[in-house]
Amino acid sequence: MMSTLRDPRLRPVISACITLGFAVGVFAISFGVAAVSAGASVFQACAMSLLVFTGASQFSAVAVIAGGGSIGSALGGALLLAARNGVFGLANSRRLSGRLPTRLLAAQLTIDESTAMAAAQDDPVAQRAAFWITGISVYVFWNLGTLIGALAGTAINPKTFGLDAAIPSAFVAMVWPQLRTARGRMAAILGAGICLATIPLLPIGLPILAASLGILVGVPRNDVDAVASETPTHTDFV
Amino acid sequence: MTWTLVLVLAAGAYGFKVLGLVVVGDRTLPAALERCLLLIPAALISAIIMLNTFSSGQHLTIEPRVAGVAAAVVAAWRKAPVIAIIVIGATVSALVRLV
Repeated sequence: MMSTLRDPRLRPVISACITLGFAVGVFAISFGVAAVSAGASVFQACAMSLLVFTGASQFSAVAVIAGGGSIGSALGGALLLAARNGVFGLANSRRLSGRLPTRLLAAQLTIDESTAMAAAQDDPVAQRAAFWITGISVYVFWNLGTLIGALAGTAINPKTFGLDAAIPSAFVAMVWPQLRTARGRMAAILGAGICLATIPLLPIGLPILAASLGILVGVPRNDVDAVASETPTHTDFV
Repeated sequence: MTWTLVLVLAAGAYGFKVLGLVVVGDRTLPAALERCLLLIPAALISAIIMLNTFSSGQHLTIEPRVAGVAAAVVAAWRKAPVIAIIVIGATVSALVRLV
C-alpha cells in the first residue's frame, strides 16, 4: 500500500481524495450544529459520526428528531438511507481484496464518496487506493468537523458560505463520469426524476430509495454499450 | 435525542455495509444484475443531487443553492477539476444569497 501511494500517476487521485474529505469535513460542521440543536449532547453527536458514519442517514435522523418526529420514524428513514451502502458494498467487493478484518474495516468506510471515487478510477490499483484514501480522509474530517460543529453549537450558519451548495456540487463532479454512456444518462435522468416527483409524497429518506428503480434500465441486453465504455477513466474526474 | 437512536442506527448502518461488502462479497452475479449495479452511482447520486438542491424536508424549494449547483453543472460540463466544481458551486450560491 505504501509503495502504491508513491506512484506518481496516483498523485492527482490522492490529492483529489484528500481534498474531497476536507470538503465533506466542512459540511460535517453543520451536522454537529444540527445535532446539538436537535437536543443531542456533544458526546452523542460525535458518537453518531464515529459509529454511524453515513452523512445522509445522520442528517435525516437529526432532522426528524428536530422536527418533532419519534425515534421510530427517525430510525426508519435513516436506516432506509443507510441501505444504499449495502449496494455500494456489493460494487466495492470486486475492487477490494483482503482478509476478513480488512473487509470489516472497509465496510465502515463504504459510503457515497469512497464508492464514487473508486468507481471513477480505471485500473484496480487506483480503485483500491481511491477507496481507502477517500474513506479514511472523509472519516477523519467528518468526525473532526462534527466535533467542531457540536462545540460551536448554534453560532454557524452554513448558508452564509454557500456550503449548502458545496455537497451537491461535489456530487455533480462525482456523477459526471457516469453520464458518458446512454444507459448511465438514462439511469441518472430516471433517478433524478423519481426523486423529484416523490419528495412531496414520500417520507424523508424514501425518495432516494425510490430513485434506485432507475438502475432497472440495466436489465435489457444492449450490445451498443460495451462494458468497457461503462468504466470511466480517472482523467475525467480529477 | 437518545442513545437508543444513536446505537440502533449505528448497528443498522454497519449491518447494511457488512451485508454488501462481506456477506454477499465476491460471488458472481447474473449479467443483468451486474449491469444494474454499474448504474447505481448514476441513479442514486443524481437523486441525492436533486434532494440536496431542491428539497427542504418534504417540500420542493428554489433557493440560492440552485444557482450554485447549476454553476457546478456548467463547470463539470467544461471539464473543470473536482475542487473547482465544488468551489464554484459554493461561491455562486453564497453570492446569489448576498444579492
